[in-house]
Amino acid sequence: MKRRPIKDGRQEAALFLRRALVGFLIIFVCLVVLGFRFWYLQVSQHAEFQARSDANRILTRPLAPARGLIYDRNNVLLAENVAAFRLEVIPEQVADMDALLQGLRDTIGISDDDISRFKALVKTKRSYQSVPLRLKLSEEDIALFAVNRWRFPGVDVVPYLTRYYPKGVEFGHLVGYVGRIDANDVERLDASLYAGTTHIGKTGIEKSYEELLHGVPGYELVEVNADRRPLRVIERVASTPGKNLYLTVDTRIQEAAEAAFADRAGASVAIDPRNGEVLAMISVPSFDPNLFVNGISQTDYNALLNNPDKPLLDRALRGSYVPGSTVKPFIASAGLELGLRKPSDTILSTGEFHIPGQKRGYRDVRAGGHGRVDLVQSLAQSVNTYYYALALDMGIDKLTESMAQFGFGKPTGIDLAGESDGVLPSREWKRAQKNEPWYPGETVIAGIGQGFWVVTPLQLAHGVAMLAAGGVSHRPHLLLATQQGIGDAPVAAPVEPGGTSYFKDPSNWQAVREGMIAVVNGPTGTARRMGIGFPYVIAGKSGTAERFSRTNEVWQHISQVAVERHQVLFEAFTPAEKPRIAVVVALEAGRGGSTDAAPIVRTMMDAWLHDEPDALTEPPKTMDAGR
Amino acid sequence: MDELLAQLRYRIMGLVRRPRFDLPLAGALLLLAVVGLVTQYSASDLDRDKAIAQGARLLLGGILMALISRVPPSSLRNWTPWLYAASVILLILVALLGEGRGSDRWLDLRVVRFQPSELLKLTMPMMVAWYLNQRHLPPSWSSLFAVAVLIAIPAGLIAEQPDLGTALLVIASGLFVVFLAGLAWWRIGLIIGSVIAAAPVAWHFLHEYQRNRVRTLLDPESDPLGLGWHIIQSKIAVGSGGMWGKGWHHGTQSRLEFLPEHTTDFIFSVFAEEWGLIGVLLLLTLYLFIIGRCLLIAVNAKDTYSRLLAGAISMAFFVYVIVNGGMITGILPVVGVPLPLISYGGTSAVSLLAGFGVLMSIHAQRRRVAG
Repeated sequence: MKRRPIKDGRQEAALFLRRALVGFLIIFVCLVVLGFRFWYLQVSQHAEFQARSDANRILTRPLAPARGLIYDRNNVLLAENVAAFRLEVIPEQVADMDALLQGLRDTIGISDDDISRFKALVKTKRSYQSVPLRLKLSEEDIALFAVNRWRFPGVDVVPYLTRYYPKGVEFGHLVGYVGRIDANDVERLDASLYAGTTHIGKTGIEKSYEELLHGVPGYELVEVNADRRPLRVIERVASTPGKNLYLTVDTRIQEAAEAAFADRAGASVAIDPRNGEVLAMISVPSFDPNLFVNGISQTDYNALLNNPDKPLLDRALRGSYVPGSTVKPFIASAGLELGLRKPSDTILSTGEFHIPGQKRGYRDVRAGGHGRVDLVQSLAQSVNTYYYALALDMGIDKLTESMAQFGFGKPTGIDLAGESDGVLPSREWKRAQKNEPWYPGETVIAGIGQGFWVVTPLQLAHGVAMLAAGGVSHRPHLLLATQQGIGDAPVAAPVEPGGTSYFKDPSNWQAVREGMIAVVNGPTGTARRMGIGFPYVIAGKSGTAERFSRTNEVWQHISQVAVERHQVLFEAFTPAEKPRIAVVVALEAGRGGSTDAAPIVRTMMDAWLHDEPDALTEPPKTMDAGR
Repeated sequence: MDELLAQLRYRIMGLVRRPRFDLPLAGALLLLAVVGLVTQYSASDLDRDKAIAQGARLLLGGILMALISRVPPSSLRNWTPWLYAASVILLILVALLGEGRGSDRWLDLRVVRFQPSELLKLTMPMMVAWYLNQRHLPPSWSSLFAVAVLIAIPAGLIAEQPDLGTALLVIASGLFVVFLAGLAWWRIGLIIGSVIAAAPVAWHFLHEYQRNRVRTLLDPESDPLGLGWHIIQSKIAVGSGGMWGKGWHHGTQSRLEFLPEHTTDFIFSVFAEEWGLIGVLLLLTLYLFIIGRCLLIAVNAKDTYSRLLAGAISMAFFVYVIVNGGMITGILPVVGVPLPLISYGGTSAVSLLAGFGVLMSIHAQRRRVAG
C-alpha cells in the first residue's frame, strides 16, 4: 500500500473520537458486567458464602520435627537437642509494648540484642502470632517470671528444643552449628518442609547433612474461633524426626590434638588410608558453636571477628600452607613412576645447585651439602638438590600432572562446604594469575614445595593417605552411618570404591615408603625422636617453609622471634607396613616440622592406639618416657 | 522587591488558573490512593510499617508523575524510539542475567531491584503511537505488520520470564493504540477470528502452571487444596461480604489467613469482604471516572501521537481493573495482575503513576477547543 504524502489531521482526530467513544462504551459494559458478577456473589449467593466463611475455622498448624543427633564413631554425643524454655509475647495482647519490655527487663533481665531482634521479628509476623523474646531461660528466670506474671498479659513461658554441642570448641568447625533461619534461607527452602522450623544448619556437618538431620514436619488441624484462638485439635499427624548421624571422627584423637596444639594456630587432619574416613580434623583456634545457636551477641561476634588468629577460619579446609619438603615423597614417587629415577640412583649434593648455564644457586639445608645420596637418603635427610635436579628433569608440565593425580590444586570432595583449591604450580595457573610465562627456576623450587605451592591440610592429608594406601585414593568423608531412631540399627553410609593405584610398579611405592620410614627411624632421619616408644613403625616427612606473609602487620612482631619464623608441617602414617592412619599437622609458627609439628602427630597417634582393637594391650609409652 | 513579588504572584496565579495537573483526575487518583492505603492497613493486619512503606511508594510515584507532567509531549515523542530500545535491551539483559523468586523478572541494580517489564507498559504504547503517527491512518496491513513486530519482541521476552500477566498487559497497551488509530472493523474481525483459530496452538506453548490456571478456572472445586484454593477462598471472601460488608478490619477470610496473597493480587477480595457490594460499586465507579477522564484528555490532545498514547494508557489502566476484578470473582484466570494503586507493591504503583504523568503532560498541552 502506498503512503499518501499528506496526513489529514482533522480526519484522524474525528476517527479517534469515534474510537474513543466505542472504547469507553466497551469499558463501561465490561465494568457493568463485573458489577453484576459482584452482585451475584455478594447478594444473590451471599447466604451460601456466608455459611462457608463461618465454616472456615480450621487451621493447619505445622509441627516441627526434632533434629537428628550427631555422634562420633564411638557413640560420643557431639550434637543433641535439649529442652529449654523461652519467653514469648503475643503483640496483639500488649497495650504498651515499650512499658512491657521495660518491666520485663527490670524483672528477669533482657538484653538490648534480644529487644532489637524481637522488634525485627514482630514485623515479620501477624499481631496474634506469638513472638519469642528471650531464649534459654534459667530456672531462676522462670521462677521470677511466674511470680510477676500478672503484670505481663500476653507474655508466656514456652518450652522448646534447642541445639546443644556438648564438646563445644573442639568440634566448632567440624560439626558446625545451626542458626535461626534468615531471609536468604527462606528464599531457597521448601516452605512446607520448614513450616514450623526455626533453625537450620549453617556450617559444618550441620549444613552439609541438613537434609538428613532435619526430618519431616507433621501437622495438626486446629479449630479456631473468630479471634483465631485455638479451641480444639481435630487431627494430629506426628512429625518424623531427622536421622541421627554417626561421624567417622574419633573424639579421643580430636581432643588429644586440640590439647597438643596448646593454642598455637594451625590445623590437623587424620585420615584412615584404607577408606578415606576422616578420624580427626581440627583447626586452632576454634570457637564455641553454642554461641551461635540462639543468635550470637554482637560483642561475642566482634570478639571472634577481631581476633587476629581468626578463630572462624577453618584452617583444615581453607588454610593456606606452603607445603615445603612435605611434597618430596610425592615428587619422588612421580620421578620413579615416570622412569626418570631408579631408587638406587644417586645425586651429589654440594650444598648449592645450579641450572646448567645459570648463575643463581639453589641451596641445601646443610651447608656444604649432604654428599652422594640415593632416594631413601634424599628423603631421610631432606636433600633439596636431589629434588631440584629431579624437578628439572621432569619439567613443570609432568610435575603438575603427577601432583594433580595426588589431588593437589583441587578440592578433595569432602562432605563439608567451603574447601579451598590450594595452588598447584603450573604454566596455566601462572598465565591466568600473573599473565607471565613459566621460568625454569620456578620448576626447581616447585620440586621442594616452594614457590607458588599452596596446600590445605586436608589436601595434604588426602595425599599422604593416598601414598599410605599404596597410591589408591579414597575421597575423604565424615559420614560413617545414619540411624532413623535411637533404638534402630545404624545403617552404614555407602562407601565409594577407591580408584586404581597411582603406582604401576609396587616396588616404587615401597622405595618411597622406605625413605619415609628412614625419616623417623633411620640414623640420619630428621624426625628421629618422634617414633621412640611407639609400638608400630611410623613413616613420615617434615616440611618447613619461610612464612609467606612476613610483611603482614599481624606477623610483624612474631617475625622478630627467630625460632618462630617458619610455617611448619609434618605428615606421617602408621603402621608403615599396613597403614591405618595418616596424619598431617600444620602449624603457622614454629622452628621446624620435625621439632614442633611431629610431636603433635605422635600425640594423635598415641590417642588413636587406644581405639585400635588389635593394638598392644600395654599402654604405649609417651615420647618423654622414651627419651 | 515589589517586582519580584509581583512576578511570583503572577506565577502562582498562572498555576492556579491553568494548572499542569488535571485537577479532577488528580483528585480521583488521590482518593484511590487513600482507599488503597486504608485497605492495605487492614489487610496487613494493622501493620503500620507496611502501610507507611506503601505510602512512601505512592508518594514517590506521585513525584515521578509531577516530574513527567513537566515534560512536553513533543519531547516524549522525540525520545520514544530510544526509550523503547533501552527497555527492550534491559529485557534482554534480564533474560541473560536476571534473578527473581521462581521466575526471572528482576534486574538487580545493587541499589534497587526493578522489573524492566514494567517499563514496557509505558514505552510500548509510546512506540506504537510514535510509529503510527508517521503513517497514514487508519493503519494499513503493512504498518500493522510493523506494529506486530514491535509488540511481539518484548512481549515474547516477558512471556518467556515467565510473566503472562505483564505480557498480556503490554500486548494490550500496544493493540489499543492500533484500535484507537482507527483500524478498520473488518480487519479487527479478521484478526480476532484468526486468533481464536490459533488458540489451540497457543495452548501448546503455555507453561504447565498457566494451563493449570485455566483448568482451575473452569472447575476450581476440583483442586480445593492446590490452585483452586485461591479462587474458592476469594469467592468466599467476596460473597460473605454481602451488601454492606463486614466492616473495616473485620474480614475473617484475610484475618484468619484463608485468603492467600491478601495484600497483593487478592486485595480486592479483602476490600469486597469488608465493604460489601456498595463499596465495590463505588470503587468501580471511581475507576470508571478515572478512565473516562483520561479518555477525555486523549480526545482533547493536540496531535495524533499524544491522542493515541493517552488513549492507550487509559484503556490499559482499565485492563488492570477488569483482569484483577475478573480474577478475584472467578470469571478470569489467576494471572498476577495487581489492582491498580491498591495492591501492595512498588513497581506497579510507580509505573502506573508515571503513565498518569504522561497524561498530565498531554493535558497541559491540550487543544484550545473553545475560543
